Amino acid sequence: MQAGNPAMNAAAPFALRRSFDWKWVVIGLCVVFTIYIAVVPLAFLLWQSFFTPQTASKAAEFTLGNYTSAYGSSETLRLFWNSVQFALGASLFAFVLGTALAWMNERTNTPFKTLFFALSIIPLIIPGILFTVAWILLGSPKIGIINLALQNWIGLEKPLFNVYSLWGMIWVDGLHYSPMAFLLMTAAFRAMDPALEESATMSGANIFQVAYRVTLKLTWPAILATLLMLFVRAIESFEVPALLGLPVGIHVFTSAIYQAVHRYPSQIGLASAYGMTLLLITTVGVYFVSRLSSRGSKYATMTGKGFRPRRIDLGPWRWFAAAIFIIYFLLIVVLPFAVLLWSSFQRFYSVPSWQALNNLTLDPYRFIFTYPNLARSVWNTLILSFGSATVIMLVTSVICWIVVKTKLPGRWLLDNFASLPMVFPGLVLGLSIMIFYLNFDIGIYGTIWIMFIAYITRFMPYGLRYNTTSMLQIHKELEESAAMSGASWGTTFRRVILPLLKPGLVAGWIYVMIVSIRELSSSILLYSPGTEVLSITIWELWENGQYVELSALGVLFILALFVLVMVAQWLGKKFGVKE
Amino acid sequence: MLKVAGLFTEYPNERGQIVRAAQDVTFEVPEGKLFTLLGPSGCGKTTTLRSIAGLERPRAGEISVGDRVVYSSTRNVFVAPNRRGFGMVFQSYAIWPHMNVFQNTAFPLQVGDRRFSAQEIRDKVLRVLRAVQLEELADREATKLSGGQQQRLALARALVMEPQLLLLDEPLSNLDAKLRERMRFELKRLQRELRITTVYVTHDQSEALALSHSIAVMNEGHIQQIGAPREIYERPRSQFVADFVGTTNFLDGSVLGRGAEPGHFRVRTEFGEVEVLSDDDLRGSDRVVLSVRPEDVELAETRPEGDNVWEARVDQKVFLGEFIDFQVKLGGRILLARSHPSLRTPVGDALYVKLHPEKCVALKAA
Repeated sequence: MQAGNPAMNAAAPFALRRSFDWKWVVIGLCVVFTIYIAVVPLAFLLWQSFFTPQTASKAAEFTLGNYTSAYGSSETLRLFWNSVQFALGASLFAFVLGTALAWMNERTNTPFKTLFFALSIIPLIIPGILFTVAWILLGSPKIGIINLALQNWIGLEKPLFNVYSLWGMIWVDGLHYSPMAFLLMTAAFRAMDPALEESATMSGANIFQVAYRVTLKLTWPAILATLLMLFVRAIESFEVPALLGLPVGIHVFTSAIYQAVHRYPSQIGLASAYGMTLLLITTVGVYFVSRLSSRGSKYATMTGKGFRPRRIDLGPWRWFAAAIFIIYFLLIVVLPFAVLLWSSFQRFYSVPSWQALNNLTLDPYRFIFTYPNLARSVWNTLILSFGSATVIMLVTSVICWIVVKTKLPGRWLLDNFASLPMVFPGLVLGLSIMIFYLNFDIGIYGTIWIMFIAYITRFMPYGLRYNTTSMLQIHKELEESAAMSGASWGTTFRRVILPLLKPGLVAGWIYVMIVSIRELSSSILLYSPGTEVLSITIWELWENGQYVELSALGVLFILALFVLVMVAQWLGKKFGVKE
Repeated sequence: MLKVAGLFTEYPNERGQIVRAAQDVTFEVPEGKLFTLLGPSGCGKTTTLRSIAGLERPRAGEISVGDRVVYSSTRNVFVAPNRRGFGMVFQSYAIWPHMNVFQNTAFPLQVGDRRFSAQEIRDKVLRVLRAVQLEELADREATKLSGGQQQRLALARALVMEPQLLLLDEPLSNLDAKLRERMRFELKRLQRELRITTVYVTHDQSEALALSHSIAVMNEGHIQQIGAPREIYERPRSQFVADFVGTTNFLDGSVLGRGAEPGHFRVRTEFGEVEVLSDDDLRGSDRVVLSVRPEDVELAETRPEGDNVWEARVDQKVFLGEFIDFQVKLGGRILLARSHPSLRTPVGDALYVKLHPEKCVALKAA
């Protein structure tokens, strides 16, 4: 047991004298915490899906009814088909867009490349709910600015497109997650030694032969992994199906779960059955992604230090490429933000016109600042994100120390436990936590603590990943020399490991903080009056039809996130964090 | 055969600033010879090689192979790299991990303009694999090869299309020391047998000396000196070349006048008057720097015959097996001398130092 732990061995004479070692308490607590956090919700979701709801008069009974009612109806088949269509469409759209942009950025001489930098931060600063709302304001058949403008200018009879449709959902979701595809494919292109392509060129291959026989074949694992990841992400997506699909009756799994819970009486068993199905899909997806990534690294080990890659000269076509990129930039940043900004200065939502321009007002901002829920939801959001980021980073640093640095039996299991929440769609996680604390009343249901637990569970895998990357770079001898200098495990951890882990800790902390601030899909099932967070407040404003007030809050929210991301980048540079 | 004339290259770095690499690089490589570009990292040698390959587009200059101009800034010629038909071995070998040994080697025959039958491809590939001793491994996964095997595979792939010109970018730098020495012989044998015109880039001076017919030493984009290995080593034309190629002692001095023989000069140094050799036309009171290789500093316990002999004291010595390194104190300064291990003068004892005039190269002080 202690073989892999020289800190212990070296300090053995001292440890014997001190019969009690705090180290095991810390490790034990972290392990128990992780298992509790990660495994309990899953177990209860499974349990609940086989039981009837517990009521005051009747105890829960075993039943297969949830599954039969979930799978017995043709409704479910349609649900499944809708979900697959939506997820496939959105992931393919995001992939094609993101890959084309990544290729343009990495391998060609397209102008305006500095703008590509913005792509890496957009998904962080524009939360899904605001992006979706902005696209409703742009593309709705009744109030969408693009539709109305086209009708006015060219005299179209009917609106050009309707965002409330499957294609509209695919468009908005795919567009929003194309930067993710861009980042993943950029990483794939960068991981490849450019000499592999150059040597094909030197062998006489033309640009298409190089692209097909070398680039494509070699990035194939990365392409599949990216597609799968995007698919999993799209099938988990809640904001777009809820805001665009529900009003016109296009249901997918996530929106169906939400409806099942919010129906009266709520059908939690049915929601659990849907949740299990969704969980099954995402688990298979995540499993294959990790398989593919480990296969991809087989190729990556062969690369040497490459020369800077050769850029393909597009000639006059580079202006065409630049035009594509600028249009894309308009669609993903400028238009959504502009439409929110415009409507945030209106008394009532209206399409831009000279008349509307005269009616500019600061009323929505006044409303927002006096909105009673605002201060509370900002406070809740800050507490939750700050708290969960801190707890996650500290706990996962211990977990990842155990996994990376010791030879404890079963440590791989611990790693898997801590990564388990990755397969949970936010909504399903919210559902299972809700079920668990409804059944085991320890007094946190309806408080902010239940959301705290949800956030920690949901984002723990991110923290683990950031810490692991850093931990792998800390040489074993650094710890050993601390032990030889007479430091105890606690001192070594605090004075040697944590400071050396700092780049990963800081980067992970900021990342978890940012994603927690935007969290919606778990919170939406767990909040109660008084524990709203910012994204919930936005959601409520939308439900109430307070579009201009929502826009004002959205503009402020995006600006705040922008500042936060900039600070994060600056900190990252200062602490030497690379991505 | 290969002619590079007035080559200038530049490229933007990560921060978008323009970095000048090769500056007015001009050289010629005769048919069948191995020419080495030698220099520290960032000297422009790799960029020059990549310009010849066509992977880099130079800003100005002209490159031609035989009668064929592959690049000319004045005539606006730029032949795409895949149309040049040169073989190239990359520093990382760039072995495609998704193909086996045979497929890697066959690739250039499959993608080129010339069509080969399957039988022809097979014959050619096996012949070249035999030449690099990889014949038995033809079906092995490329990822399962050792470093030396990968290197040989990269070479086979570059040679299979029987290129006019072979370009090697630090091909031995990723191998461990023992293997590197063996591959050095292999590479030399192969090049001499096939008589293929080769441009070799390296920062390792011993590699350059061992393999080349001719070496160009580069620094900060400029070629400092071109010459045969012996010429570069024994008659460096600048302090940079003397320092970069091999180990040397630098001694400051000033010229007193001409020596007894043509090309010889008398120079005053800290420890006395030295007769030296120089290719420059030195004049009285010119400031010069003498470069003396440690193995040319002759040590003896009894006074040797002739001039350029001084008495010195052993300051330190290091026994290295095949030879022994002495640091001797001569006048105010330390001189490094490499001797046969049979010389056993204890530290602190006196001995004699002799410098042969032909081995003391005087360089104009910068």
